[in-house]
Amino acid sequence: MKEKCIYAIDHVSKRFPGVVALDDVSMEVREGEILAVVGENGAGKSTLMNILSGVYEATEGTLAFDGRILQGFNPIMAKELGIAMIHQELSLFNALSVAENIFMGRLPKTKTGMLDKAKLYQDTRLLLQEVGLEKLDPRTLVREINVSQQQQVEIAKALSLEAKLLILDEPTSSLTPREARILLQIMRDLRKKGITMLYISHKLDEILEISDRIAVFRDGKLIRILDTAGTQIEDMITLMVGRKLSGGFVRDRYMEDYEGKKAVLEVEHLQVGNKVKDVSFRLYEGELLGLAGLVGSGRSEVLQALFGADRRDGGTIRIHGREVKMDDTGEAIQNKMALIPEGRKSQSLFLKFTVKENISIVFLKKTLNRLGLNPGGKERQIAREFVSRLNIKTPGIDQKIVNLSGGNQQKAVIARWLVEKPDILFLDEPTQGIDVGAKDEIYGIINDLSKNGTSIIMVSSEMQENLSLCDRVITLYEGRVTGEIRRSELSEERMMAGMSMEKETE
Amino acid sequence: MEKKREGTEKAGGYGAIARMTSRAEFSVLAGLILLIVCMSFASPFFLSVQNIFNVLSQISRYGIISVGMALIIITGGIDLSVGYAVGLCATSAAYLTTNVGLPWYLVLILILGLGAVIGLSNGLLVTRVGLPAFIVTLAVGKIITGCTMLLTSGRPIAFDSPLSILGSGYIGPVPMCVILMFAVIVIGTIFAQYTQPGRAVYAIGNNARAAALSGIKVKKMTCIVYIIQSMLCAFCGIVVAGNLYSADATLGTGYDIDTIAAVVIGGVSMTGGEGTIWGALIGAAIMGILKNAFVLLSVSSYWQSIVIGLVILFAVTIDRVRVNRRK
Repeated sequence: MKEKCIYAIDHVSKRFPGVVALDDVSMEVREGEILAVVGENGAGKSTLMNILSGVYEATEGTLAFDGRILQGFNPIMAKELGIAMIHQELSLFNALSVAENIFMGRLPKTKTGMLDKAKLYQDTRLLLQEVGLEKLDPRTLVREINVSQQQQVEIAKALSLEAKLLILDEPTSSLTPREARILLQIMRDLRKKGITMLYISHKLDEILEISDRIAVFRDGKLIRILDTAGTQIEDMITLMVGRKLSGGFVRDRYMEDYEGKKAVLEVEHLQVGNKVKDVSFRLYEGELLGLAGLVGSGRSEVLQALFGADRRDGGTIRIHGREVKMDDTGEAIQNKMALIPEGRKSQSLFLKFTVKENISIVFLKKTLNRLGLNPGGKERQIAREFVSRLNIKTPGIDQKIVNLSGGNQQKAVIARWLVEKPDILFLDEPTQGIDVGAKDEIYGIINDLSKNGTSIIMVSSEMQENLSLCDRVITLYEGRVTGEIRRSELSEERMMAGMSMEKETE
Repeated sequence: MEKKREGTEKAGGYGAIARMTSRAEFSVLAGLILLIVCMSFASPFFLSVQNIFNVLSQISRYGIISVGMALIIITGGIDLSVGYAVGLCATSAAYLTTNVGLPWYLVLILILGLGAVIGLSNGLLVTRVGLPAFIVTLAVGKIITGCTMLLTSGRPIAFDSPLSILGSGYIGPVPMCVILMFAVIVIGTIFAQYTQPGRAVYAIGNNARAAALSGIKVKKMTCIVYIIQSMLCAFCGIVVAGNLYSADATLGTGYDIDTIAAVVIGGVSMTGGEGTIWGALIGAAIMGILKNAFVLLSVSSYWQSIVIGLVILFAVTIDRVRVNRRK
């Protein structure tokens, strides 16, 4: 293999107010290689990619691409140099054709200034051949092709810009295994043509299969660069995890003895589209169960289906041994279930409502007088009680929720569900995007609920949260259960193994 | 405005007033009062009892429908079929009374039922088929107006029935239609502010997904709001036909724009999720007084159109500014 360095990263750091996102990273990307970049959430991978593609400016350090030191580096310059980033969220225009998308901004023109369609489609066909889409008509609209083909079109677009370096940010996370195979094959073909690729992924098996070298990141630092040949998945996990210094939150009591415990929720053969496949598990009384998996592993879909928010395609659900239909959320609420979904703004908050109205939305039916009217007094009283009980920092219950901080908004959403004292609580990313202080308060609330007998299922992308809160963890990979870990055996290594492979290996 | 709200908790009894005065509707109310004061100086006839009731009965026509329109816009939708629905219901009422000879109570039930069917089709197409409300109600409106033309052959039909009292009767000096409008507004306000389904309507307009996850039956509730609106159109059709003792196909022309304008001027956000029913009444009153002013001051009615257009633009600009400030 050629050893020529195409991209030199020299003592690069990136600081955001209060956080060191990238700490003194030096590495070389070799021409024509596939360099995988791995690390947990928050390890600094995305920051590095954004610096390498000119989106962020490095606080310290220098970059040199193709022997040239980069000064005043920005995305436009990156494009000119031949650095192309393929984002997780695709940036194509749905209502335009594949050809128009690839040549957007540089469409060929005839002498009279009209669009030169013949040349456009001819050029597009050539590019599509390179990314394995030779059968696709260049006139097809982007919205008519699937996600994996859209990704291939993105790559074709990058090639049309004569990209020398492709940065791929979790390209296979939203693909089916078959589609992922196709993409990996395309990457191999591109490597043969001498194109260098930086490949970020959580899928460690894919990384072993495709990459030449692996850069492992942890806490903003480059830990080590491994040669893929001779590396095992376990080696990567050990490096990614490292030793955590902070102990994290500790609950008052954990469930260790499952002897004689009753199951409050039994799920058998749950099926949701192609997102959740044959998932079965039990939740025991007073237990805090973690559902661990990568984005796209079906963990949120499991919760949404169990709560009746999404239609399930198969499977039975039993609550306290009694089978329930669970076709709509009303039925879930009647069964004393509660769901605090991920994405506060998109799925939880009523942004034009006050704090009071956000808290009362679920229990409002219980405040009605004999005439079926809500005179308001009881609603205000309950809202006030929960604002003080959960320590929601707001000037008053009539404050618009949009003026509160993320942590206080989240506490208001939690309050909404606590008024009715749920038996079964689903928490999906309960501390996403909130500050450390509010996080601890939410852990405290979860601890109290669990002590009082509420059975909880939690989904969290933060390893530490799973480790410090869960009695038991079930790992999911591509919609299937891959393992079950009791608290006594719970470790980051075990969880990572279940989250990144088809079957847990012991 | 936000500053005022912060003190509400500590202020105790004063809190309720502070909460109310901080609402957008209050600036609209201030505008209305200013308009009334100006007009009373401009025309001595303006504040006469006769003129006040005249304006109020003019307002009552779209005032009744603006209650339903406010609810629909609060859910994040829109109904452009209202004028056509009023036309069809009015002419059908006249047809059933004069040409078929049905007794008044059967006419009332059938017409309200007709309204419910129109609303149900709007609602089902919007919620179950998932089409945009704008297109659905426009298309349904076109279908309805065709039906009206087929029914009447374009000619007016006489409407002399005990139901005509609703449009032309008086209680003391007060026109019946004005009393009916206030009754609808009061019921609408109670529904919106003091009931659980009312709160659900606001929640849907705020965030339909969050509403569904909070146990609200979003599709059913949205459908019900469209049904309420079309039944109000049916009721309005009877009132207007009763007022004129006849009905023709063009009867509801312009009601769509007038009610949407009233609702928007009254502080209901076009993005849904906030606004009040009584705000829509104030919006309707501003529209009514503006129209009246042009008559009293003998200004060409062409100017009326221009001014009302400007007022609508002003109202939506205010709404947009408030939304932007929040971001």
